[in-house]
Amino acid sequence: MNERIAAVEIVDLSFSYPDGHPALRQVHLTVAPGERVALVGPNGAGKSTLLLQLNGILRGQGHVRIHGLEVAEENIRRIRALVGLVFQDPDDQLFSPTVYEDVAFGPIYMGLPLPEIQERVQRSLAQVGMADYAQRTPHHLSVGEKKRVALATVLSMDATVLALDEPSAGLDPRARGRLIRLLKTLPQTLLVSSHDLHLVEALCPRMVIMQDGRIVADGDSARMLHDEELLARHCLSEDSCE
Amino acid sequence: MHANFIDPFHARDSLLHHVDPRVKLVLAVAFILTTALLPPAAWPGYILVFALILAVAIASALGPFFAIKRAFLVLPFVLAALPVLFTTPGEPWLHVPLGRWALTITAAGLARFASIALKSWLSMQAGILLAASTPFPQLLMAMRALRVPRLLVGVFGLMWRYLFVLADEALRLMRAREARSAALAGAGGSSVLWRAKVTGYMAGSLFLRGYERSERIYDAMLARGYDGEVRTLPLPPMARSDKAALLVGLAIVGSILALEIWVG
Repeated sequence: MNERIAAVEIVDLSFSYPDGHPALRQVHLTVAPGERVALVGPNGAGKSTLLLQLNGILRGQGHVRIHGLEVAEENIRRIRALVGLVFQDPDDQLFSPTVYEDVAFGPIYMGLPLPEIQERVQRSLAQVGMADYAQRTPHHLSVGEKKRVALATVLSMDATVLALDEPSAGLDPRARGRLIRLLKTLPQTLLVSSHDLHLVEALCPRMVIMQDGRIVADGDSARMLHDEELLARHCLSEDSCE
Repeated sequence: MHANFIDPFHARDSLLHHVDPRVKLVLAVAFILTTALLPPAAWPGYILVFALILAVAIASALGPFFAIKRAFLVLPFVLAALPVLFTTPGEPWLHVPLGRWALTITAAGLARFASIALKSWLSMQAGILLAASTPFPQLLMAMRALRVPRLLVGVFGLMWRYLFVLADEALRLMRAREARSAALAGAGGSSVLWRAKVTGYMAGSLFLRGYERSERIYDAMLARGYDGEVRTLPLPPMARSDKAALLVGLAIVGSILALEIWVG
């Protein structure tokens, strides 16, 4: 990949749900390859909606480009191989009867030959520390284990951009710590939507604040997370926006 | 809170558990077919078939009574065959007076009804042993191998995966209702109508949650390249011993059928 081309380039993107509710308004965002960016904002700010735009599950007015490739009908299969989307609820992400089949799902649909599929499944499960769980049923896993398998389902596709929706929701401190350490080892470009400011600080050097479908702040996480006035203004501290 | 108890699979290290799922599925279907094809009142045939399923139950290490007990579940459905008691022509055996009318049970009708009940009970045991000794994902693989339409197998797979998720949600809802079902000292309980209403809301809420979840699952499938076509991994090869087991099993079931037809 050409280093100068942005991993994610969003230009003037607006989107309304079919009921007319506007979820994104003139969003501009550029993310460099390998960058780790947190999307932060109150509930309903449009974070999840934005992530769903990255691989064309939802499509609005404006432009979304992944490594220079426009998110459009003719590119959609390539886009979906480039962007790995991990949903907030791992029970939505893991829909196959076994862990193995779920991790193999992406590679199967990419039309890869069988030996490569097997190799990728084993590699991705090993990467998230779940190699011994291949034949298990997702239902029998803990939330932390499910989250890690959910990550493996997109790692097996060799996605270069990972879009994670609330990766630490519902995890206990130990599982959360483990997930953060795992995510830090990944070379991929990361876009992480989260309410977990601890995770943001530990994982993402850059932070983008969304509110009412707009990007209202974009900058250095370490600095922004200690700017009480900024956090309060955007409803991110406990007694703000009452 | 997990609804794992609905999973019929019981892990054991038994002979039956190690047989290839495709062999088990084919033999279970063959067994049920043979049992269904046995003529009414072919009692020696039923004993043979029962001996066979008992042998399989012993080979499953689940205990000989495991399937026998659970197979009684089929009995309410056998009631659908009740009319044969009265409609089969033959020697009258018993008159049941019903006001101005009387129903006549014939001996042949009774034999036929007992045969249907027995055959259903025996067939049920085969199904129970199959489900108890084979993890469901492997059963799906066996269905694919037998050329069951792929979309249907895919739907079975999703159904099984989310049965547990939905059951968990239902359990949570019920617990939440329980937690708020308080009564003041001296006050009576709530009316049946009100409780029925609450149950109705719960069913509706489960349906809505299921519907919303299905949309999210579909998005998750699209995100990983799903294009409407059901694609799966190729089937694993079958061991020689499993092929032999299949042939032997089919031979046994086939000879019972042949014997019964020849004798009968």
